[in-house]
Amino acid sequence: MPAAEATINTVRKTALNAVHRKLGAKMVDFNGWDMSVEYPSAGGIIAEHNAVRTSVGIFDVSHMGDIRLSGRDALAAVQHISMNDASRLAVGQAQYSALLYPQGTFVDDVVVHRLGDADYLLVINAGTREKDVSWVRDNTARFDCKVENLSDDFTQIAIQGPKGVELLQKLTDADLSAVKFYWLTRGTVCGLHDTLIARTGYTGEDGFEIYIPSDEETSTRIWNEIFDAGKEFGVVPCGLGSRNTLRLEAKLPLYGHEISDTINVLEAGLDRFCKMDKPDFLGRNALEKSRLAGVTRTLVGLEMIERGIARDGYRVLDEAGREIGYVTSGSYAPFLKKNIALAYVPPELGTIGSTVKVEIRGQGVSAQVVPTPFYKRPKKT
Amino acid sequence: MPYPNAFKYTKEHEWIKADGKSATIGITDHAQEALGDIVFVELPKVGAEIQKGKTFGSVESVKAVSDLYAPASGTVTAVNGELTTAPEKINKEAHEAWLIKITLKDPGELNLLLPAADYEKFVAEEV
Repeated sequence: MPAAEATINTVRKTALNAVHRKLGAKMVDFNGWDMSVEYPSAGGIIAEHNAVRTSVGIFDVSHMGDIRLSGRDALAAVQHISMNDASRLAVGQAQYSALLYPQGTFVDDVVVHRLGDADYLLVINAGTREKDVSWVRDNTARFDCKVENLSDDFTQIAIQGPKGVELLQKLTDADLSAVKFYWLTRGTVCGLHDTLIARTGYTGEDGFEIYIPSDEETSTRIWNEIFDAGKEFGVVPCGLGSRNTLRLEAKLPLYGHEISDTINVLEAGLDRFCKMDKPDFLGRNALEKSRLAGVTRTLVGLEMIERGIARDGYRVLDEAGREIGYVTSGSYAPFLKKNIALAYVPPELGTIGSTVKVEIRGQGVSAQVVPTPFYKRPKKT
Repeated sequence: MPYPNAFKYTKEHEWIKADGKSATIGITDHAQEALGDIVFVELPKVGAEIQKGKTFGSVESVKAVSDLYAPASGTVTAVNGELTTAPEKINKEAHEAWLIKITLKDPGELNLLLPAADYEKFVAEEV
């Protein structure tokens, strides 16, 4: 067992930092943020993960960034910098999308929310906040559109799991049954008027994300009220550990792993969110070429056949032991109770049912290419 | 959780309990707590030689992989097969859920390890 890693210099904290510490959370440095990784008092990562799959869990995701684009040319600006077709969004609707470099690789993946007629909110990743903000500013300068970095204005709380809707409904006058997945509304939440409530998340489950003022007092009060209201459902606080295993089971990409500035949209298999028939956008030309040329690697799901857990960065080998790719994310999957991974391999070696090896501490351990997502939530009956 | 006085400890958070030339090895309660939910263990086979200070296997939690370091040299005489299917036993009772048993090459090696009180102090200072 190695010694515990040393703590680091200056890290950023969310408004709920003291709440996490009081709950006894294990904290880690995540992209410069002091974040909870798990709550041993709630049973740890596996218990947190399974609570979200079967009931409800709450996450502090205030480290996520927020960029608002508003004004006459807001739609044109969003269209120019993102790959999905924002013109299809009704007011109150959201879509998964991405910001691309001209070479078709990822600046970041984002959720675009249409707040009003010419008013869009882009929710971006914590680790890419500063880069994204300056990139958005640079690439929208020629549009008549205001760009605001609202990243520090919100405490963002995710309420995730099949019981999330019942939990949040107790605390708001908004009719949540009328809000479909990837739609949003505004309502009073715990007495806070005009709160943005989005039916979105990063867990593969139904759930909501609410955006409230980022002062410590309000944030703490709302977190605690959600927690208390959720007791009848067995709500648990959830950290980044379960957030990662949940999103992995659902094959939701993580920046720096499945997507990055060197991986393009087609390789990542995200072309269904990339609308080539919309007006021109950054990265489009490169993707057109890439599509004609074909990709040399593709993201596949692996399930370990032999004993072993594939981890990020491990090499993928063919049966003869030749290196053919690498693992982007891998873990024990707490709900599926299997060892799963995502990996880049050449398309011809990544067909479903084929077997590969993952190099784990010098040994080739067999894995099978399986359909993804590994987990899909059951349809409501 | 109390650290049994009958055990000796490493700074890498293994425990060892010797009875003459035979000894039992596990990881400490502090180690399991630091790791979180343990989901995988990889252990040597019976008959394998392990060497003091060298890795003899690994334990993995959902988040992390951790090497196991031999507290003493010897030959593996038994492996706790139960941990293959139920690695979470280590989380529940780290000082009961042993990993391997060995025949010690030199029981004197244990004199270099930490007694319970010193280990407890070491852990307290590490945090």
